[in-house]
Amino acid sequence: MTSPLLEVRGLRTVFHDLAGAWPAVDGVDLVVQPGEIVGLVGESGSGKSVTGFSLVQLIDAPGEIVSGDILFKGEDLRQATEERLRGLRGDRIAMIFQDPLMTLNPVLTIGEQMCEAIQEHRPCSMQEALEEASRALSRVGISSPGTRLKQYPHEFSGGMRQRVAIATALLNRPDLIIADEPTTALDVTIQSQILFEVQKLSRETGTAVLWITHDLAVVAELADRVAVMYAGRIVETGTVDDVLDRPRHPYTLGLLGSSAAMVAPGERLRQINGAAPSIDARPSGCPFRPRCERAMPACTQIDPPPQVMSSGRSYRCHNPVPEGHAP
Amino acid sequence: MTAYILQRLIQSALVLLAVSIVVFLAVYGIGDPIELLVPPQVSAAERTAMIQRLGLDLPVWQQYLGFLGKALKGDLGFSFVHGVPAVDLILARLPATFELVLLAMSLAAVIGIPLGLLAGLNPESRPSRAIMAGTILGFSLPSFWKGMMLILLFSVFLGWLPTAGRGETVSVLGIPTSLLTLDGLKHLALPALNLAIPNMALMIRLVAAGTTEAMTQDYVKYARAKGVRRKRIVGRHVLRNILIPVVTVAGMEFGSLVAFSTITETVFAWPGMGKLLIDSIYQLDRPLVVAYVMLATFLFVAVNFLVDILYAALDPRVKLTGEMA
Repeated sequence: MTSPLLEVRGLRTVFHDLAGAWPAVDGVDLVVQPGEIVGLVGESGSGKSVTGFSLVQLIDAPGEIVSGDILFKGEDLRQATEERLRGLRGDRIAMIFQDPLMTLNPVLTIGEQMCEAIQEHRPCSMQEALEEASRALSRVGISSPGTRLKQYPHEFSGGMRQRVAIATALLNRPDLIIADEPTTALDVTIQSQILFEVQKLSRETGTAVLWITHDLAVVAELADRVAVMYAGRIVETGTVDDVLDRPRHPYTLGLLGSSAAMVAPGERLRQINGAAPSIDARPSGCPFRPRCERAMPACTQIDPPPQVMSSGRSYRCHNPVPEGHAP
Repeated sequence: MTAYILQRLIQSALVLLAVSIVVFLAVYGIGDPIELLVPPQVSAAERTAMIQRLGLDLPVWQQYLGFLGKALKGDLGFSFVHGVPAVDLILARLPATFELVLLAMSLAAVIGIPLGLLAGLNPESRPSRAIMAGTILGFSLPSFWKGMMLILLFSVFLGWLPTAGRGETVSVLGIPTSLLTLDGLKHLALPALNLAIPNMALMIRLVAAGTTEAMTQDYVKYARAKGVRRKRIVGRHVLRNILIPVVTVAGMEFGSLVAFSTITETVFAWPGMGKLLIDSIYQLDRPLVVAYVMLATFLFVAVNFLVDILYAALDPRVKLTGEMA
């Protein structure tokens, strides 16, 4: 097996307020292999976006990364200088954001915003940069890219803007793309087109993708492996087939049972009782315990450590769903 | 675009008409200029003849219509006091005021925008707090007092700069200017600084508030995620966005300074339009005051028109169309 592209160990990111420091990301371990698509799934407030931003150290006050290692191709990014990080961002590690309406600068042309992603990383004439940007736009299915480059974001539809963001992310042939809910703001037909294209481009260019989403259906369609996040930690991880077909963690099981796309037609959706604990009211022991149908006395006392299995699969639960239990 | 410009031109004409009525009535109400114009020893017949010659015997609406008719032909009347066309008098003074205001606004922008950026990027730092405290001072000190303090410091104590007048001028395309001689610039320095200070404070506040807000926007975070250097993020992404309100305010301030920098011009005896206005109000020179206000209004209308067109250049989302917003 090759060495992992990205290896995260014990990542902890807290947000400070007057009352103290609240962990949004609470000891996350994550591995991404070169060329692999990993889905990071969780509901709102589970810390999945903060995890994504922590990886490239784009956490602003009052947030702070307090501990953990982020090894990218063996280099610990937490020890890297700001200039080194800047050099990596957009070049080796590109990001795609959730809301394509807000992320492009409204008063600069698409061409300028794409070219700067090239020119800030390597010497390149404006002419060459524009040609590269134009090729990148055609690759994501935008027609007449030459004209499009001279236009401003408001002249693009939401789906087109997200394609621009994807094209921009691909400009420098990065090793890793961190995509933070990039299709959430788009309608379903556009969403599936974009998923298809991302998968294709990832295969073609050998770029690994960390796809952050709340949508299990997206993960099922797109990813090789999946990590399920709850209350700032990863509660279950493994291949998509393993985790979605044979979940071991009760939370994963609950997510699957409540997702329309994952339940057989005609079957009733089941919701998970209760709500995710807010960041300042996490219970002791296992954070999922108050909502869990399988909770045992031990769950209130002891935070379950990760159970790592041979296939690289792991889960954090004292009383896992028995193997062979259909979701 | 054409429809938009046409519509704006009609609006501008209506504004000018309304202002002309208000100003004419107001000046009419101030007092009778005859008492000041005619020496007491003049005979009654001569006095009547003079009143008739100036058209002061007619009812106010006839006087107004007469004025309006001539105004449409570009004639805003003769100054009672100087006996020459009022417009010529004012326009002769315009270059002096214009260069003063131009320098003042340039100073305000060149110093105010960088300081505003600095204060907006690190709002909690000590220099930023000092800058923001300074702007309050810049706003609140009255112009005449500030002017006198500048004279006291730079002219009286330090002896570096002259206190009054315009200094040596050279003629460029027939327009005299002080901007191109050392002596002229020395004379310009203090009044320009005096006019610039409140505008600098305004720019700093505007830019600082805009910067602080813009830095939290997603497009800044996205630019950082693309690996864009901080210098470029601030100088291009942020500045380009906050320039829009700055241009609006600068335009309005420019107009109001050209028209009403009377206090500064009086304190520094600067031979500009403001000084002329004050003098003509004292002398009840009715046509001159009316002509002045009309020209000032015209200037405001024109500047705002230009600002609107500048918007379209700065903000690609702005499309100039004939429809009312």
